[in-house]
Amino acid sequence: MPDFGPLSFHVPEPAVRPGGAPDFSDVSIDPAGEVRRPPVDCAPEDIRDLAFKIIRVLNRDSEAVGPWSGLLSDEELREGLRHMMTLRAFDARMLMAQRQGKTSFYMQHMGEEAVSCAFRKALEPGDMNFPTYRQAGLLIAGGYPMREMMNQIYSNELDPLHGRQLPVLYSARDHGFFSVSGNLATQYIQAVGWAMASAMKHDTKIAAAWIGDGSTAESDFHAALVFASTYKAPVVLNIVNNQWAISTFQGIARGGAGTFAARGLGFGIPSLRVDGNDYPAVYAVARWAAERARRNLGPTVVEYVTYRVGAHSTSDDPSAYRPKTESDAWPLGDPVLRLKNHLIRRGAWSEERHKQAEAEILSEVIAVQKEAESHGTLHSGPHPSARDMFEGVFEQMPPHLRRQRQQGGV
Amino acid sequence: MPRKTMVEAIRDAMDVSMQRDENVVVFGEDVGYFGGVFRCTQGLQQKFGSNRCFDAPISEGGIVGAAVGMAAYGLKPCVEIQFADYMYPAYDQIVSEAARLRYRSNGQFTAPMVIRMPTGGGIFGGQTHSQSPEALFTHVSGLKTVVPSNPYDAKGLLIAAIEDPDPVIFLEPKRLYNGPFDGHHDKPVTPWSRHPQGEVPDGHYTVPLGKAAIRREGSAVTVLAYGTMVFVAEAAAEETGVDAEIIDLRTLLPYDLEAIVASVQKTGRCVVVHEATLTSGFGAELSALVQQNCFYHLEAPIVRVAGWDTPYPHAQEWDYFPGPARVGRALKAVVEA
Repeated sequence: MPDFGPLSFHVPEPAVRPGGAPDFSDVSIDPAGEVRRPPVDCAPEDIRDLAFKIIRVLNRDSEAVGPWSGLLSDEELREGLRHMMTLRAFDARMLMAQRQGKTSFYMQHMGEEAVSCAFRKALEPGDMNFPTYRQAGLLIAGGYPMREMMNQIYSNELDPLHGRQLPVLYSARDHGFFSVSGNLATQYIQAVGWAMASAMKHDTKIAAAWIGDGSTAESDFHAALVFASTYKAPVVLNIVNNQWAISTFQGIARGGAGTFAARGLGFGIPSLRVDGNDYPAVYAVARWAAERARRNLGPTVVEYVTYRVGAHSTSDDPSAYRPKTESDAWPLGDPVLRLKNHLIRRGAWSEERHKQAEAEILSEVIAVQKEAESHGTLHSGPHPSARDMFEGVFEQMPPHLRRQRQQGGV
Repeated sequence: MPRKTMVEAIRDAMDVSMQRDENVVVFGEDVGYFGGVFRCTQGLQQKFGSNRCFDAPISEGGIVGAAVGMAAYGLKPCVEIQFADYMYPAYDQIVSEAARLRYRSNGQFTAPMVIRMPTGGGIFGGQTHSQSPEALFTHVSGLKTVVPSNPYDAKGLLIAAIEDPDPVIFLEPKRLYNGPFDGHHDKPVTPWSRHPQGEVPDGHYTVPLGKAAIRREGSAVTVLAYGTMVFVAEAAAEETGVDAEIIDLRTLLPYDLEAIVASVQKTGRCVVVHEATLTSGFGAELSALVQQNCFYHLEAPIVRVAGWDTPYPHAQEWDYFPGPARVGRALKAVVEA
C-alpha cells in the first residue's frame, strides 16, 4: 500500500474576514485596451485565453481605449449614464421605502448598475431576458415605466402582478423581461430553451440568460451550458460575478476553476470576461455576443466582474462576513463615477450638468413614487383583493378552487 | 431552567450532537462562517472547525447528494436547505436515493442524515419563501418527517433525528423561530423567553420521534395540528370557547396513531389543521386514518382547515394563512353539527 499520509479536507477561505484589511490582490486586472477583440466567428479554442482576462475600455485617465472602444456616441453614453443614475436613485428611494415599512423586502444594485443597463442596449425588440433579481437595469434602460416597478414593489392596487409576487420579482413580457423566480438558476436553462425555440421556428430573436456567481453551482446552470453547446442555441449566457453569494465568497462556487467564464470552455462555448463596472466595455462585449447569437454562431458565456456594494437584500447584514470598507477597496471602481468622468474627459459632460441631472432624476423618481403610493403600499391604502389570490392558478378556475373562494368569503 | 428561542434550541441540539459524536457534520448555504441566514448554526464553525461545519455551494442537489455519500461512508450529516422552498433541486437525491438506500442495498448502505429546512409562511416571503412541503416527504417511503412547534421539542426532536438510523426531514416553522405565533399578525408575538415551552435544558435529551403531545385537553373536539398551527388552534379554542383537545403531532411520519385515536374516540369530533395547501395535503391522510379507526365514534364529519390551493401570495398573505378566525369557524361548525 503506498504511503501518502492521511487525507485532509479542503474548505476555501476568503483572503480576509471582518476586522481585517480589504485585500483584492488576487484579482488580476488587465490594463484597459489590452485584450484583443476577435472576430465573432472565431473558433472557441482560439480564444480560450479570454476566459481568464478582463476586457476593459475605460482607463485610469478616463479615456476609452483599445479594440473594444468607440462604439457609442456622446449622446448614447449620456443616455447610459442617465439610466445608471436613475437605477441608483430608484434603489435609494425603494430601500428607504422598505425601511419605512411601505414594502416587505428590497434588493438594490449598488455597484452593478452598468451590467444590466449597458447590456440592454445590445438587444432588439422581441429578444428575451431571463433575469435574476438584480437586473432591473434591463427594465430602466428598456423604457419600462418606473411607476409599474413601484406598483409591484408596493403590491398596491395597480400592481401588474396583483400582489402575488415578492417585491422586485418583476415580469414584463412586452419589455423582454421574463418573470423572475425566487428560486435560483431555474431561468438559465429556460433561456436556452427559449433560444432553441427561436431557432426551431427560424425566427431572428435571441435570448439572454442571467445568473449570479453563487448560483452557477446549481445543476440548472450546467444543464444550460450542455444544452446551449449541443444545440448551438442563440443565447448569451451572462454570469454576474459580484464576488459575494450572500455570505459566501466566490471561491465556494468557483472552486478550483480560475474564473467563472472558464466554466464555458469545457462545453466548447466561447467565453469572455469583462469589467462589469465599465459601461462601454459591457456594451461592446454584449454586442459581440449578441451578434454571434444573431448570426447563428451559437452561445457565448460572458462573466461580468463586478462587486456587490450593498447588502444581498434588506434581510442581510454584510458586516457579519466581510470588512466594512471592502467596497472602497474594490479595484474596478464605481460604474457611475467612471462613466461620468469619461464623459467629462470627452468634453460631453460637466460637474454642473451631472449635479443638475442628479437633481432632475431624483425629483422624477420622487414624483413617480408619490403617484405609486397614491395607489397604496403594502400595509396601507388600496391593495389587490383577496379574490385575486384565486385567479391565475389555471386559465379556467376549476370547481374546487371556486368552492374554496366561496368558503373564504371573497 | 435556561430559556431559548427556537433558533438557539436548534443550534444547541447540533452543538450537543457534534460534541457527543464526532461523525456529526453540519453544512449548507451560508451555514459555516456566517452561521446561516436564520443564525441556526452560528458559532458552530468557530467551535468545531471547518472540517465539521462549512459553507456549501448553492446547490441543494449537491448538498443532499454529498450528504448521502458521507452517510454511506459512516458520517452523520445534518444539512440545511436555506428555505424548504429551495428543496426541489434536491428532491431526486432525497426521494430516489436517501429514502431508498437501505432498502435497495438490503442494508449494505444506509443514509442516516437530517435535512433541516425552514418551512411555512407569515413573513411576507411570497411564493418561494413560504411553502409547507411536508406532504411531499410523508408520501415517500423511507423518510421520517418531523415538525417541531417549540424550542423544547425542537432541541429534543433534532437530537433524536440526528441519532436516528434513517433519513429524517426536519421542518422548522420559521414563524415560530422567535416566539409562539398564533396567527394574530397585528399583535406582537410573545418571545420564547416568556413562554414555558421556551425552557430548554442544557445538555443531551431527546424527544422521541413518532410521539404526539396533547397541548390542550378538551372534550368537545380533537384538533390535529403541527408547527405554527398548534398555536393558531390554541388561540381559536380560546376565542370561540370551544373545549377543544389540541394534539401536536410533532412527528408526521411515523405518526402517533394511538394518541390520535384515543383523543377522537373521546371527543367524537375532529378538525385537522395545516398551513400547506389542502388538496392531497397531510390532512387528507389524517382524515382517512380517523375515518378508518374512529368511524363509529364520530358524531360529525371531519373538517380540514388548510392553506388554499393556490401558490402562497405576497400581499394577500393573511387572506391565505389559515388563521384563528378560520380555525374557530371550523371548531364551531364541527361541535354544532
